Amino acid sequence: MELTREKLGGADDLRIRQLRARDMLRGDISDEELERYVEERVLTTTLDKAVAWARGNSLFPATFGLACCAIEMMSVVGARLDIARFGFEAFRASPRQADLLILSGRVSIKMAPVVRRIYDQMLEPRWAIAMGACCSSMGVFNNYALVPADKFMPIDVHVPGCPPRPEALMHGILKLRAKIQGDPPAGWRERYEAFGTEEVVGAADRPGVNAVNVFQSGETSGA
Amino acid sequence: MPDATGLELIAQDLRASHPDAVLGTTFFREEATLEVAPARLLDAATQLHARGYSFLASCHGVDYYPAEPRLGVHYQLLDMPNVDRICLKARVGVEDPHVPSLCELWPGANHPEREVYDMFGVVFDGHPDLRRILMPEDYEGHPQRRDFPVGGEPVIFTYNEDKIPGWTR
Repeated sequence: MELTREKLGGADDLRIRQLRARDMLRGDISDEELERYVEERVLTTTLDKAVAWARGNSLFPATFGLACCAIEMMSVVGARLDIARFGFEAFRASPRQADLLILSGRVSIKMAPVVRRIYDQMLEPRWAIAMGACCSSMGVFNNYALVPADKFMPIDVHVPGCPPRPEALMHGILKLRAKIQGDPPAGWRERYEAFGTEEVVGAADRPGVNAVNVFQSGETSGA
Repeated sequence: MPDATGLELIAQDLRASHPDAVLGTTFFREEATLEVAPARLLDAATQLHARGYSFLASCHGVDYYPAEPRLGVHYQLLDMPNVDRICLKARVGVEDPHVPSLCELWPGANHPEREVYDMFGVVFDGHPDLRRILMPEDYEGHPQRRDFPVGGEPVIFTYNEDKIPGWTR
């Protein structure tokens, strides 16, 4: 078999581009040429979208296990499933540094105030996953001792199972990523009644609908 | 276990010192149970302790609903040198469930008695620190009683989340 070597692009092309970059830096190119130069090299997006993209890809879960689901949560971090592939591997020991609370297990009535306090200590923006049957619907422990997580804190994603397979938790976290990236406000405008701060205010009857930094639900990016 | 005869001998000794103490004896499937009057529980336990049953293996409550008196407290005692066990039982009604505490005799009875108090509402007189141990301090009722509702909250789904009180409502 005969091998032939070809230059990629060619030296002249590279030289031309180098010269154009130099001209650009000197301010020697203008108008249409400058326009084209910028278009080739710059991506534009809104700040919220960029921030949401970054947030969704680097969730810091709190190191917080409640019961047997916690074992599955730990195995998600392990080598076989390796949640680090998606950037969620940094489990923080302090709620102040975490932005994701995975309720892995059952929440008893006595534990509920503690869980709520940990959730309150986390900084906005924060999300919570109810993992397993117990903290979603109380599962087999549907008795006097337990309380479902929805009763005392907002939950973004429920992962069913008893306990869920690690893959299921992974799926839940990826769903949460899609939610974060697709709907960055996550309801905080409603929660704090923070209307009127949108970059472009929409129609009077539907505030924020046409705003630049308000995303329609269902709009996803990437995930 | 003491055999049936041994159990009767123990009961007889107890009757000799406290005539009103023994309410009955049961020997069922190699398990000896001595039922005593609640007021005499501490005396009976002291006597059994002196007899060699010096280890409190377990303490737990029972609700015999609908039989009366409904509540029961069981103390499983163990004679370690002779590998011999006996169950000491006292039954009280729900209206006035008072039983003397055995914490003086066995300090290890502290937490089990608190648990029985928490779950069945049996009040242990003379207990140094009779508080709830498992349920929250402000919890109402004693959940292991048979007439206590099993409970369970309605499950919140998307279709009924507006109707069930949640964290925002």
